[in-house]
Amino acid sequence: MSVLVIAEHNNEALNDSVLNAVTAAAQLGDVTILVAGSGSQVVADAAAQVAGVSKVLHADAAHYENGIAEELTPLVVATAADYDYVVTAATTYGKNLLPRVAALLDVSQISDVTAIESADTFVHPIYAGNALEVVQSSDAKKLLTIRTTAFEAADTLGGSATVEALAATDASGAVSLVGRDLTTSDRPELASADVIVSGGRGVGSSENFAIIEALADKLGAAVGASRAAVDAGFVPNDYQVGQTGKVVAPGLYIAVGISGAIQHLAGMKDSKVIVAINKDEDAPIFQVADYGLVADLFDAVPAMTEAL
Amino acid sequence: MKILVPVKRVVDAYVNVRVKSDNSGVETDNVKKSLNPFCEIAVEEAIRIKEKGLADEVVVVTIGDKDCEATLRSALAIGADRAIHIVSDDELRPLAIAKVLAKVVEKEAPKLVITGKQSIDADNNQTGQMLSALLGWPQGTFASKVELDGDAAALTREIDGGLETLSLSLPAVVTSDLRLNEPRYPKLPNIMKAKKKPLEAIDLAEMGVETSSGLSVLRVEAPAEREAGIKVADVQELIEKLKNEARVI
Repeated sequence: MSVLVIAEHNNEALNDSVLNAVTAAAQLGDVTILVAGSGSQVVADAAAQVAGVSKVLHADAAHYENGIAEELTPLVVATAADYDYVVTAATTYGKNLLPRVAALLDVSQISDVTAIESADTFVHPIYAGNALEVVQSSDAKKLLTIRTTAFEAADTLGGSATVEALAATDASGAVSLVGRDLTTSDRPELASADVIVSGGRGVGSSENFAIIEALADKLGAAVGASRAAVDAGFVPNDYQVGQTGKVVAPGLYIAVGISGAIQHLAGMKDSKVIVAINKDEDAPIFQVADYGLVADLFDAVPAMTEAL
Repeated sequence: MKILVPVKRVVDAYVNVRVKSDNSGVETDNVKKSLNPFCEIAVEEAIRIKEKGLADEVVVVTIGDKDCEATLRSALAIGADRAIHIVSDDELRPLAIAKVLAKVVEKEAPKLVITGKQSIDADNNQTGQMLSALLGWPQGTFASKVELDGDAAALTREIDGGLETLSLSLPAVVTSDLRLNEPRYPKLPNIMKAKKKPLEAIDLAEMGVETSSGLSVLRVEAPAEREAGIKVADVQELIEKLKNEARVI
């Protein structure tokens, strides 16, 4: 069996999620990574070194620079002809791209795969993770987005894949990138951090988030947030953990001033250790927390930062 | 300009769903159903575009059993002008839904399709992208801002790293994220008016679309339950437990 993994990258480096996708793909067969970009040779070379990868296909053209789905789709559809599976991580990049490919290949896509039971049987969460659906696919080609937290990252070194140049498909030009407003931070990536400190509505304001950040910095942690905190404008959208935001599974998740709506729990309940700090002792977050502290977060969080 | 808004009826966001004891699915009988929250945002956005004078008709469409009429009525109460109900008792997968919607687009010829980025039941996040691909139209997924300017749209998207703004040529498919807008509550007179708005019912079989899927559900399981842990008395005890018991700091 042959598996095509579509690599998300920024023309300089592979996105971490590709490593998790490679691990899932290796359970299915022989792994090829497709790198489509512009001036992206360095990414193709890095992909060739990932453990478990046997081939890298590299297409380089100006219209692949920004990862625009309309430009990438014809390339992926054409390349998929030689593969049994097409796999990508369930990041916003993968979620945006793969359904387009599936529709043109006239096959189903299985979203957010958390386990591979066999060559044709996959597990994925539905209803915000309150149920797990086990589906069998009879499609000739199987398209999967995989949940990164469910598969270990492959080693970035140890592979020695060949890199083959691939001819670019025609540009469509229907979509152009106007600009990006990306959050820059020295903290770890939320999606792959070992420790996350998240704030909710209880934090109260953008300024007050400084106490969350101070604790995170003491722990070397990433900062996350509930939907309520993002909707209220305390932090940018990319901080959101939950059903429709990022799904995380760190070793330690500290939920501060978060009540614990099921939509939030969907994004963090697979964390190894969960701490909840909330002044409402009936908050649902305590039902999933290993350690609960009923306290005013404005006392407890600075005290914790101080004591560490 | 006409805007088409595909919507879905789902188990309400506040219902705690339970897996059936025979593992055939989740219990959906006798639980509250609502317009999918992302679809509600899509309806609201279409209406706001119309209120700005940039569109003259908002048509909502759904595929599902007879109960879905109530969902269409609630979209009409928010302010949509007309509804199309493709009637089917089968639960269709996203590819089949996209194929049916492509037929509706062919007939209605909208210049913009706005739909929710995902339904909160199946959580697939596929239908908008698939429809866009089948139509050969550009897509603007996970939108938090849409600005129309003649035959183009400037669209801001929520992506993993932050925000991204794209320029799309119309016609296009847009899928709504949470922060695109805050949907209004329908007023009582509008709920009454919605009952009289046109609603066309079409049997799915009449659409002439192949809706079978390569996927079959073997079983549906409940996830592993997470046990509630302990309450600690203070910050000192918390730190002590994290260091010596959980060993995570």
